[in-house]
Amino acid sequence: IAKGRGEEGRPGGTARRGLQREGVINDPDFQHEDLNFLSRSQRYEQAIRKSSLMVMKLREHGIADPDEIYWFKRTCLGPFPEPFGLHFSMFQKTLETQTTDAQKEKWLPLVRGVNIIGTYAQTEMGHGTHLRGLETTATYDPATQEFILNSPTVTSIKWWPGGLGKTSNHAIVLAQLYTQGQCKGLHAFIVPIRQLGTHEPLPGITVGDIGPKFGYDEMDNGYLKMDNFRIPRENMLMKYAQVEPDGTYVKPLNDKLTYGTMVFIRSIIVGDSARSLSRACTIAIRYSAVRHQSELKAGEPEPQILDYQTQQYKLFPLLATAYAFHFVGAYIKDTYRRISGDIIEGDLSELPELHALTAGLKAFTSWTANAGIEECRMACGGHGYSRCSGLPDIYVTFTPSCTYEGENTVMMLQTARFLVKSYTQVSSGQRVTGMVSYLNDLSRQRIQPQHVAARPVTVRINDPISLVEAYKARAARLVEAAAKNLQAELNHRKSKEDAWNRTSVDLVRASEAHCHYVIVKLFTAKLSEISNAAVRAVMTELCLLYALYGISKNTGDFLQAGILTDTQVNQVNQHVKELLAIIRPNAVALVDSFDFHDVHLGSVLGRYDGNVYENMFEWAKKSPLNKTEVHESFHKHLKPMQAKL
Amino acid sequence: LAAPPHRSLQSDGVNPDLASERLTASFSVEKLTARLDGGAEHTRMRRAIVEAIESDPAFSRENQYFQSQNERYEAAVRRAVHLQKKMREMGWTENGPEIKYIYRWLSGDIAFLLHRVFMRSISVLGSDKQVAKWIPLATEHQIIGSYAQTELGHGTYLQGLETTAVFDIATQEFLLNTPKISAMKWWPGDMGRSATHTVVFAQLYVHGKCYGVHPFIVQIRSLQDHSPRPGVTVGDIGPKMNFEHTDNGYLMLQNVRVPRENMLSRFCEVQPDGTYVRWGSQKINYFTMTTVRISILSDEVILPLMKACTIAIRYSAVRRQSKLKPGEQEAKILDYQTQQQKLLPQLAAAYAFHFINIYLHELFDRGYQEIQGRNFDSLPELHAFSSGFKAMVTQYCTSGVEICLRACGGHGYSLLSGLPSLYTRVLASCIYEGENTVLFLQTARFLIKCFMAASAGQPIPPSVTYLSSAKPGKCPAKDKLDFLSPDVYLKAYEQMAIRSVTKLQHLIQSGAEKHEAWNQCTVQLVKAAQAHCHYITVKIFVETVEKLDNKAGIQKVMKHLCDLFALHGIFSNAGDFLYDGYLSGAQMDLVTASYLDLLAVIRMDAVPLVDAFDFTDKSLNSALGSYDGQVYQRLYEWAQKSPTNQQVSPAYGKYLKPLLQNRLSKL
Repeated sequence: IAKGRGEEGRPGGTARRGLQREGVINDPDFQHEDLNFLSRSQRYEQAIRKSSLMVMKLREHGIADPDEIYWFKRTCLGPFPEPFGLHFSMFQKTLETQTTDAQKEKWLPLVRGVNIIGTYAQTEMGHGTHLRGLETTATYDPATQEFILNSPTVTSIKWWPGGLGKTSNHAIVLAQLYTQGQCKGLHAFIVPIRQLGTHEPLPGITVGDIGPKFGYDEMDNGYLKMDNFRIPRENMLMKYAQVEPDGTYVKPLNDKLTYGTMVFIRSIIVGDSARSLSRACTIAIRYSAVRHQSELKAGEPEPQILDYQTQQYKLFPLLATAYAFHFVGAYIKDTYRRISGDIIEGDLSELPELHALTAGLKAFTSWTANAGIEECRMACGGHGYSRCSGLPDIYVTFTPSCTYEGENTVMMLQTARFLVKSYTQVSSGQRVTGMVSYLNDLSRQRIQPQHVAARPVTVRINDPISLVEAYKARAARLVEAAAKNLQAELNHRKSKEDAWNRTSVDLVRASEAHCHYVIVKLFTAKLSEISNAAVRAVMTELCLLYALYGISKNTGDFLQAGILTDTQVNQVNQHVKELLAIIRPNAVALVDSFDFHDVHLGSVLGRYDGNVYENMFEWAKKSPLNKTEVHESFHKHLKPMQAKL
Repeated sequence: LAAPPHRSLQSDGVNPDLASERLTASFSVEKLTARLDGGAEHTRMRRAIVEAIESDPAFSRENQYFQSQNERYEAAVRRAVHLQKKMREMGWTENGPEIKYIYRWLSGDIAFLLHRVFMRSISVLGSDKQVAKWIPLATEHQIIGSYAQTELGHGTYLQGLETTAVFDIATQEFLLNTPKISAMKWWPGDMGRSATHTVVFAQLYVHGKCYGVHPFIVQIRSLQDHSPRPGVTVGDIGPKMNFEHTDNGYLMLQNVRVPRENMLSRFCEVQPDGTYVRWGSQKINYFTMTTVRISILSDEVILPLMKACTIAIRYSAVRRQSKLKPGEQEAKILDYQTQQQKLLPQLAAAYAFHFINIYLHELFDRGYQEIQGRNFDSLPELHAFSSGFKAMVTQYCTSGVEICLRACGGHGYSLLSGLPSLYTRVLASCIYEGENTVLFLQTARFLIKCFMAASAGQPIPPSVTYLSSAKPGKCPAKDKLDFLSPDVYLKAYEQMAIRSVTKLQHLIQSGAEKHEAWNQCTVQLVKAAQAHCHYITVKIFVETVEKLDNKAGIQKVMKHLCDLFALHGIFSNAGDFLYDGYLSGAQMDLVTASYLDLLAVIRMDAVPLVDAFDFTDKSLNSALGSYDGQVYQRLYEWAQKSPTNQQVSPAYGKYLKPLLQNRLSKL
């Protein structure tokens, strides 16, 4: 029904991409044994093989458009991380945006042609999201015109960068710059780490793999320790800040520009949240249509577990969420595109709001999807626990996005900072624009003694537009409450930082409510854009389910603020149950619309043809423990034990 | 009682950030440990056993995170064999007081756990003659057993099992078959590679009539060369999220014959002429199933949460990030309110569940006495308890462990933190021994029945009498301190639980359990069961704290944790408490204020409170959570031991070199 839209948000591209996808999937070069049966080293090796192959194919097909590359990569590599990932994203992007023309000329051909392989080494063992705390140093030596790089403490060892452990021979290293005896803060340097030709670590460089993780088996996340390692002055990325040959430091003009990249990457995570949750929903809903269990009526055949209300209640709100996040992901991407144009023109006015919004939405969607994937897995019972379900892999691959590119709680607090700032502006009589404009209503309320929450909202629970108003009222109430609590703490003569810390639980709640409102609003706005009546009808049901389920899970906020009455809460719960029954007949069609190929879904439970049990058996037979009919441990341990007795 | 060497304050090399946390403890850690163990003598015994196991290199967990499924399985078998020797050496016995500590330490690393279930099921379900025949063989490990109940197509719903056992009068044998693919036995532990025998649950057919599911002892592998017996297809079901040391297996039977005597016949028997006889009460058997749900809670569910809290809280006291005040040192992340809000409620829950677990065990011991005396009256209540609490505790602990994992940021994602394996292990408990949603519904069924009985003036079990005491009213609290009074919050929980059940009035009036009506209310029924279990947990925590000795600061700190557990529950489910106005919106703000104040109070004792769980570094096996807090050093050392750093990866020579050089030559 909504074919193509869910997956890519780009109708029209679907057919061509389908052909391209079939081509890659059937290409014998990309075949390999089921990854679940391989060791970590083998999985890494497969990933390198496929990445190398993909680079060759990109060259062959002459694909250069970033969107096309992204799509092609996903097709070749599936949803798995790749050791070259940071080479194409952060390494290349940073060199494109933060270098001088001379540096571009030197490095970009090498990077684009993959003559060197690079990664982006920012995170250290002791510091992640809090960048200012990084400890690696780069000290300028005017005598030789070199920077001396050092990892002065254990905590300063670079830790986690993908592709750093075994694959890369170069890295962009973020380090505290020291020149003329002064620390000038964090700067980026391009550092060779392995010998070209032999791939051995260079003298002064200690580099390796950080060991096994929850997921990301394909990825050689690495560590990097530098001991008096010297690089030429020209290896500092000098588009903005510069160090002159004599060691004089030239300050950058504007540091807001780095926001742009962060917004971009976080918007990608919102899309990933949608995709990962869609994959999990596809598996769980298809399996629930195949699995029969127990009885609803005595004497009748066992029903599909998808007919149980509890199962629907687990899965359908997540399906609605997956659709909601697709629309939000597309919205942020479009907004970023639009604003990037303004940025090039020098107009940065919209950047702070977009930055605040993406931080919050990154956290909101990744938290929700993370929990949702687990819910889908649990809904598949014991078989969801088997690697053959594909769900463990989706989860372990997705869950780090709650941490990387900005730890979620920190992200929520960044959004809160913006919300509080907007609230303060409104309080002092200014007007605010954009997604926070609902705060303007607060000033109109000011004459009345009661707080904003007391404003009656006439909520019609069958009407998405009315529900948007309810979410708006909740967000306004929680932002106001957090801002007032913060003020109260400040009045107790607490330091600004203490007061902020002592209000941070409230602040996170406010951000969550704000993000929730934005998502309901965007989903609702999307409905009127859908021209096909049948598609619009089913999307409206999902939108209603998303909004009402969100209310039923947070009734406390809506009751406390007086937005809904007890009776309305009952109606909401009742309506949620009705929607479950309404969506039930379309459930499988709605996940089919995500259009995941079996190969990319990687799930025996979620197969398009639904032949689950036979294929589980076929899959299990290939397990490493089944390589021989009698396992060697029988001869080594069991037999001697029985003989001894 | 002296502190053991592994947690002496004097020991060198403790990270000062962790050492300082221990200096300010408001209570005696050692005394609390003894309380948790059930007395200082138990603490001593446990430590002696842990010491004996940890000092034996055969049980070492070093490099565990680097091993493949095959290596883990082989090591588990090796350890299981070694344990037999160790037990003889140490004079430990299967029925001795030591056994629970032994398995608590080893359970994630050792094979043949299902062998013990095999033996237990024969003891419970077998006739005296069968027990006499099989138990000595199993005890001596002449045979290795498994327990084959779950099938590919059916789990919790046992009546749906499809394996058949048809009695053949001519040969006095049962003919076992797997009639279709979904009937294949799937998941039983120890069965994929190790077991020689298994108890197979199958639909019994005699003279064409089906008598339901019964247990049969079936030999599946040769005792000479371990090859599968004729008609038997058996193997490992492949990699899972965890339990890699266990060979969960599949089993397909094609006309496999077992003698008539192999049907376990304590309660029923097929006589030589095919007459089916049932005797005794199967209720005792039913009771056994019920107790298993409770028996897993301590070691498989609550323990992982305690370990996760230990790791996450110690790490949060060592990790410094960002500054709370300009010019000062970076703050410990444990000082951030948001971090406290993640971790401290989990810590409170770990204690709450420790106490509810003790309560449940006492309840079941009493129940067992009654049942021995042929009094089955308490059985429905015990069944409802075991279902509901199994579901609630597993669900809560699973989510708690995951919160701890994510609270450790990137490093929590490394296997070396120990958290991923704790998580993947505990989450399996939400499914095995009964799927949680199904179990909640069983508890709900009991609650509805009791409420109906109470409404009709009939007597109901003591644990649910509160259901008939519903009085409309309002919470009397006026100040945030009022919410630190157990009477106040207990009443709020009680009202909420009553409401959740009585909201289902229409279902109750409709006579209940009309299937369609039941299915239409299942979401609310699950909620009602959760509300009941939550209320009982708070109630037992309150009662436990009241009974605690007010010495050594223990009662006080436990009272804080109890308050936190209760208020966190109200804060997180505000809507349920606000509904119908028992709590007002203004009171909810007071709850929140009180709850946030408690975080700051408990934060001061957070590290001592996890130290009291008394895990050794070796049992935690975590680079982040060790007692000395030398997190970063250990992480770096362990990573260097990774096989990826020991072996030369063939990937460079095979793929990277051609890719890089191919282009260079073209330039």
